[in-house]
Amino acid sequence: MYKLTKNITLSVVTSLLTLGLVGNASAKVEGDTIVLGAAVSLTGKYTTAGHHTQRGYDLAVSRVNSKGGVTVGGKNYRLKVIYYDDESTPARGAQLAERLIKQDGVKFMLGPYSSGLTKAMAPITEKHKVPMVEGNGASRSLFNKGYRYLFAVLSTSEQYLQEAVNLAAQHAKAMGKSPSSVKVAVAVENDPFSLDIRAGVLDDAKRHGMKVVVDDKLPRELSDMSATLTKVKALKPDILVVSGHSKGASLITRQAAAMRVKVPMLAITHCESAKVTDNKKFGTKAEGTLCATQWAPTMTYRDPWFGSAGDYAKDFKAAYGYVPPYQAAESTASVLVWVNALQNANSFDTEKVRDALSATKLQTFYGNVKFDATGKNIAKPMVLRQVQGGKYVVVAPAKWASHKLVHPRP
Amino acid sequence: MNNTLKLVLAVGLGILILAAPLLFPTYQTQLAVLWLMVLLALTWDIMGGQMGYNSFGNIVYFGVGMYTTAVVQRGLFFNVEEYTNLAGGTESQLSLLDYLLSLGLGLASGALLCIVLAVVLGAGILGLRGHYFAICTLGLGIAAGEIASGWDYLGAGSGLVTPLFPETFFNRGIFFYYYFLILAAVSFVVLRYLYSERFGLAINAVRDDEDKAESMGLYTTRYKTIAWSVSALFLALAGGAYGNLIGFIDPMDVAFAGPTLGVWMVLMAILGGKGTLWGPVIGATIFHITQELFWTYLLGWQRVALGLLIIIIVVFFPRGILGWIREQWPERFGQRVEGEEQR
Amino acid sequence: MDNLQLLIDAPVFTLQLLIDGLLAGAIFALAAYGMALVWGVMNIINITQGEFVILGGFVTLYLSYLGIHPLWGVPVSALALFIVGWGVYRLVIFRIVDRDLFISILATFGISILLQQLMNQLFGADIQNADPNLGTLFLFNDDVAIANIKFVALAVTIVTGVLLILFLRKSRIGQAIRATAQSARAARLMGINTDRVYATTYALNAALCGATGSLVVMTWVIHPFIGLIYTVRSFMIVIVAGLGNLAGVVVAGLGLGAAENFAGFLLGTEFQAAFVFSLLVIILVWRNYRLGKKRQYLK
Repeated sequence: MYKLTKNITLSVVTSLLTLGLVGNASAKVEGDTIVLGAAVSLTGKYTTAGHHTQRGYDLAVSRVNSKGGVTVGGKNYRLKVIYYDDESTPARGAQLAERLIKQDGVKFMLGPYSSGLTKAMAPITEKHKVPMVEGNGASRSLFNKGYRYLFAVLSTSEQYLQEAVNLAAQHAKAMGKSPSSVKVAVAVENDPFSLDIRAGVLDDAKRHGMKVVVDDKLPRELSDMSATLTKVKALKPDILVVSGHSKGASLITRQAAAMRVKVPMLAITHCESAKVTDNKKFGTKAEGTLCATQWAPTMTYRDPWFGSAGDYAKDFKAAYGYVPPYQAAESTASVLVWVNALQNANSFDTEKVRDALSATKLQTFYGNVKFDATGKNIAKPMVLRQVQGGKYVVVAPAKWASHKLVHPRP
Repeated sequence: MNNTLKLVLAVGLGILILAAPLLFPTYQTQLAVLWLMVLLALTWDIMGGQMGYNSFGNIVYFGVGMYTTAVVQRGLFFNVEEYTNLAGGTESQLSLLDYLLSLGLGLASGALLCIVLAVVLGAGILGLRGHYFAICTLGLGIAAGEIASGWDYLGAGSGLVTPLFPETFFNRGIFFYYYFLILAAVSFVVLRYLYSERFGLAINAVRDDEDKAESMGLYTTRYKTIAWSVSALFLALAGGAYGNLIGFIDPMDVAFAGPTLGVWMVLMAILGGKGTLWGPVIGATIFHITQELFWTYLLGWQRVALGLLIIIIVVFFPRGILGWIREQWPERFGQRVEGEEQR
Repeated sequence: MDNLQLLIDAPVFTLQLLIDGLLAGAIFALAAYGMALVWGVMNIINITQGEFVILGGFVTLYLSYLGIHPLWGVPVSALALFIVGWGVYRLVIFRIVDRDLFISILATFGISILLQQLMNQLFGADIQNADPNLGTLFLFNDDVAIANIKFVALAVTIVTGVLLILFLRKSRIGQAIRATAQSARAARLMGINTDRVYATTYALNAALCGATGSLVVMTWVIHPFIGLIYTVRSFMIVIVAGLGNLAGVVVAGLGLGAAENFAGFLLGTEFQAAFVFSLLVIILVWRNYRLGKKRQYLK
């Protein structure tokens, strides 16, 4: 055992030394570069969305840098993002936030993808008093914890499909029926984001006195919805709400058509990232589907960095070869909010920057940004689009609607 | 190596371990997780290494302990259901005393529940042998995670947020570093004692030939149940604290993390050398550090590297590092090789 | 229990769940053939099963991009995966054949992480499917709707099963495989090149998974990280059916498919997987308990 103890001692000592030597280098501002930190999902189940997020950040950074960078204290700074891969798991996310802040010395954070990961990271950033601007954590449970350093540019997830429930109620009224006669079916993935959507829908259904006939939580390793859809066929609801990231959107579009589920209104999320209007993949199966979206390239917002929403979509497509889903747009917007706050604070002091963030009043190509006391953006509505003739058209809310709702769907 | 040098090294290492979170304040969490890994490997080895029962389901106790602790912590001061429904309750900061009290109570209830659970589950499952045992425990681990993610009271798939650590004169990282360090040290000492006793011989006998052990008059079932309960106890204590360290309990990714922690605990024990006391400690240390390095330097490819590492470990070092050293220099382990003079 | 009432009131939906589940089970059974074969002959539990399935799916998907009908993907994926399986055997598996079963679980787990990540890098993490455009069979006023591809899947499973049995009984290499399964040592003494037998068996398993993946991508959806559920299902099926019993594998597969569907309907989909895994535990404990009365245990 003697030699053994030595070996162990050596291995432990060397390993601790290695740990000590790793990292430790950069600070929040290196020379003329402002360093932002982000954990994104490059592997695991959110990889696709993680790439959208990262590309959104990258595009914003390169645009801001090419337009002269960020001016603080009369000096121009460039932006840089340090990325880590959170492997789509909250346990990693929490450790990463700590690593970014403590080892890499990051003082300005960007959000990860998904509510679950944001939930895991927010307590850490809060503890270290490091502000985080995020564009992909929509769960409302993030915003009742009293977090002071969390700012979200997107609308919270319970709003995603509430508009659809309201549309169903309006339609019932127009037909001379009471909204309480409407039967609602909900099938959402078993993750924080989708469960929040469910909570929003259930709240609204309750408000209208509607009856919820199906309430299924779909497993995360979802590959088949036929058991739920059989239930839907048996109970004939007036509106079916499905949320399950792009996997859920893809499955419901295929299986609802394949099983001839005749539900007058189908409202889902993540249409864009699942590409449900792609004729090659889905034909016309998505026709009439209602899609919740945070942002659409047809909206009329503008900003000095990208121009209009449409210009942004064009630039993004030129850079990455596809039309940006809203996940990319909201990520880009998060960077723009940082730029604005840093310039307004005119300082790198995190408290000053935090105050500048909370006073943000800004229009970006993505929409207006104004945070309430809890850090969520209250200046931007959700939009509901319908697939009509293979294209997305805005049908609600009325302010943005370009087309009339087709009801029931074909 | 002479005794003085040995003493100096041992004391130096001891001081380093004790002072690590203060010396490397930026690595507190990773260092705390290091001791967690050591603990996971050690507790897995009770069954897997010493008793020959390869379990993939030990993660159940980790998860149950985590949830129980969190529910007790919340339940003492608030209504748990209000917390887990999606509107969520507002976060209010507990005082340090309240926090420690509730954490202690939570850990104790988690540990108790897990021991009971180990006895109950053990009655059915410990009768299985060989790979049927491995498969059954695998099923158990996944089933537990799935049940937790369907259970609304626990927040279902939305998970559960644990109370914030009250940052007063000592911070969260330091607190949990010493917690996991002490827990790992205690479990090491306890296991060392148990292995040196009749218990150790008995479970080794079960590993070598269970039928013979039984016919020699050993109450094998009793020993097996005790072994499982000991793992369950330490895993529950570890799980409860880990939930608080991470701050957010996701049913599949944090609590019942079978594909990550559940498999790693096996790998770490094998890497170090299963069936030895020091093996899991060495294996966990090396595995954890390697993984952290991969993760830092191989962005996006770290899982490829991890996969390769796993293959290399089990294909080329199935006996682990200690086993390999033992094969190379058996005399240092008190085994005499024929034809060699005794030293 | 409302859901149960629903089934009693409208038995036609019971029929839907049953047929749909049975046919889904046929797809699971196909991959389970391979697992039973590898387990029985080589004493290896192949965790990589699910990744082979997904890889087969991607082969079919890319075939359909070339304008070839995805149904051709069944044989093509099988062939492609046969080669992959052979390669994996030559690189890793041959080193662990005569080792402890437990080592094989961990080694193949490592390969599965590796494959997941490589697929992620190669094909991207998007959700993919290849529509065979075979339409759907509607019965009882549309209340029963079964995608026709599922019938194709059943046919593929049955035909493959029959071919597999014939192959193992009649062909030279098939006989060698069975001999090796009975006693590798004796087989070697008889001049059988067991290394080749193992390579063939493992590659054959991969080919079966490839065919399964082809059916999966036409029936449901795939992405690089969804393989594990197919591994676990193969596992369940083989456990229930026992080794070396292809007919049993089919029955267990169909049963699992139907059980999943009914569990999803009656308990809600959130408890579908929980039910299946609890069932696995209960089946094992129960079978062992029965044997325990005779002072035996599951081997």
